[in-house]
Amino acid sequence: MFENMAKKPAGWLSEDGDESSVVLSTRIRLARNINGLNFPTSANKETRAKVVEYFKSAFEKSEFLGQGRFHLTEELDEASNSFLVERHLISPTMLERLDDAGVFIGPNEQVSIMVNEEDHLRIQAITTGLEMDKAMELASQYDNEIGRLMEYDYDSDFGFLTACPTNVGTGLRASVLIHLPGLVLTRDIDMVIQKISKMGLAVRGFYGEGTDVLGNLFQISNQTTLGKSEEDILEDIERVTRVITGDEAAARNRLREEASEQISDKIWRAFGILKYARVLSSEEVMNLLSAVRLGLAMGIIDNLSIKVINEILLLSQPAHLTKYLGQDMTTDERDIARADMVRDKLK
Amino acid sequence: MRCQDCKEKDSTVSMTHIINNEKVILNLCRECAAKRGFHSPLDSIPFPLANLLTGMLSPAPSSKKTAQAVGLPDLTCSQCQLTFTEFSRLGRFGCGNCYNTFREKLQGLLRKIHGSSLHRGKLPPMLSEDGNAIKEQERLQAELDRAIEAEDFERAADLRDKIKSLVNEDEAQTEKEKENV
Repeated sequence: MFENMAKKPAGWLSEDGDESSVVLSTRIRLARNINGLNFPTSANKETRAKVVEYFKSAFEKSEFLGQGRFHLTEELDEASNSFLVERHLISPTMLERLDDAGVFIGPNEQVSIMVNEEDHLRIQAITTGLEMDKAMELASQYDNEIGRLMEYDYDSDFGFLTACPTNVGTGLRASVLIHLPGLVLTRDIDMVIQKISKMGLAVRGFYGEGTDVLGNLFQISNQTTLGKSEEDILEDIERVTRVITGDEAAARNRLREEASEQISDKIWRAFGILKYARVLSSEEVMNLLSAVRLGLAMGIIDNLSIKVINEILLLSQPAHLTKYLGQDMTTDERDIARADMVRDKLK
Repeated sequence: MRCQDCKEKDSTVSMTHIINNEKVILNLCRECAAKRGFHSPLDSIPFPLANLLTGMLSPAPSSKKTAQAVGLPDLTCSQCQLTFTEFSRLGRFGCGNCYNTFREKLQGLLRKIHGSSLHRGKLPPMLSEDGNAIKEQERLQAELDRAIEAEDFERAADLRDKIKSLVNEDEAQTEKEKENV
């Protein structure tokens, strides 16, 4: 399953968005639970099955939801589930317990709903570039439709009730994925990270906490979910993101003025390796793509589209490569297949 | 003070035991305390939030032990049977009813996590029909009066902010309607 989906990037990735030379995507997540049923982590099999049943019946009843597709995760093989994680349609946490759980995928893969992750429902919407309102509007459409069909766990003091007290209230986690190679190169990144933290937001490197930052990608998100309206939470992140994109632009200008040749050499070398290498690990691809993305944004590289960069970024991931080529591979075989794919895309 | 067991290291842990209604205090080093089966609640934290929660919820390990020894009942959720002690250890609720069961204890905790203990965002679709907003305002006003009477000023401030934001929304809505006419 999903072989066709793997052949192309998610529909939303090919659109243009605000600040897209720095901001890759905006993501909204709403946590919701169904009244009267224990949360997934403390629910027994029967209750978990009931949650899936409720969602499926809403899915069947609603014309709006009917535009998407619904899969039970236990009916998908391991490769398909990993593929969904790489595509950010389900979370890695979801893989820990696949029974009586599922995922809804909306048109263009812009909205996905995890059923029985940490909360009964986690509605996610994603857009290209910095498009907070658009992403929120998308998530809200699904939230309102489902909220009419089932009764959410809600308390007039505490708002939407969630398994973890850090999500209660709006249940809203909004985040932007942001590319900051300029600030990393000028070594201003630590200062910027401190600045973001001081403004009450969380920053982390792409794919996991504590690990090295891959491809100069960072995620900025809200820390608190209670006591502020959805609009205020989104406004905070948008404001901070615009400050950071300004900082990144200033860093890129400094690089252009002070180290123009070195930067363009770094970018063209990265491009050369991607274009001609015969063996590539996914980490190497991510870091090289970061340089090429910077080259595109700074106008050093032209006649290459940002869409191709995004496509390579997605397809380089192990489960994507497996689906793309339609066969299982060892890690070594995959590194060769990855280099083949990258050369093919850059032809 | 030296550890009372090994008499070598400095004591860092003070253990209070109640044996046959007699209070015995032992001053031990960390290692010897562990040998006697005492582990700091912060030793084996499954994730950072639990760390945060444990720090916030338990007044002090010794007094908690005493409370249990005396046999004070723990709060238990009637829907999922989660106890408050268990919640502070896990950092996760078992169901929506837990919030109701632990309501009073949660207000301080939520204020520490979020800076507020009152929701100011959207209502679920089933509640957001017209008329509910006015009822909500009346309910909040009554809550505010009660909070002031009980001298719970943090809560009163939260409630006042929430009422203000509701009134503002209402006015914005009326303005919009006027413009449309």
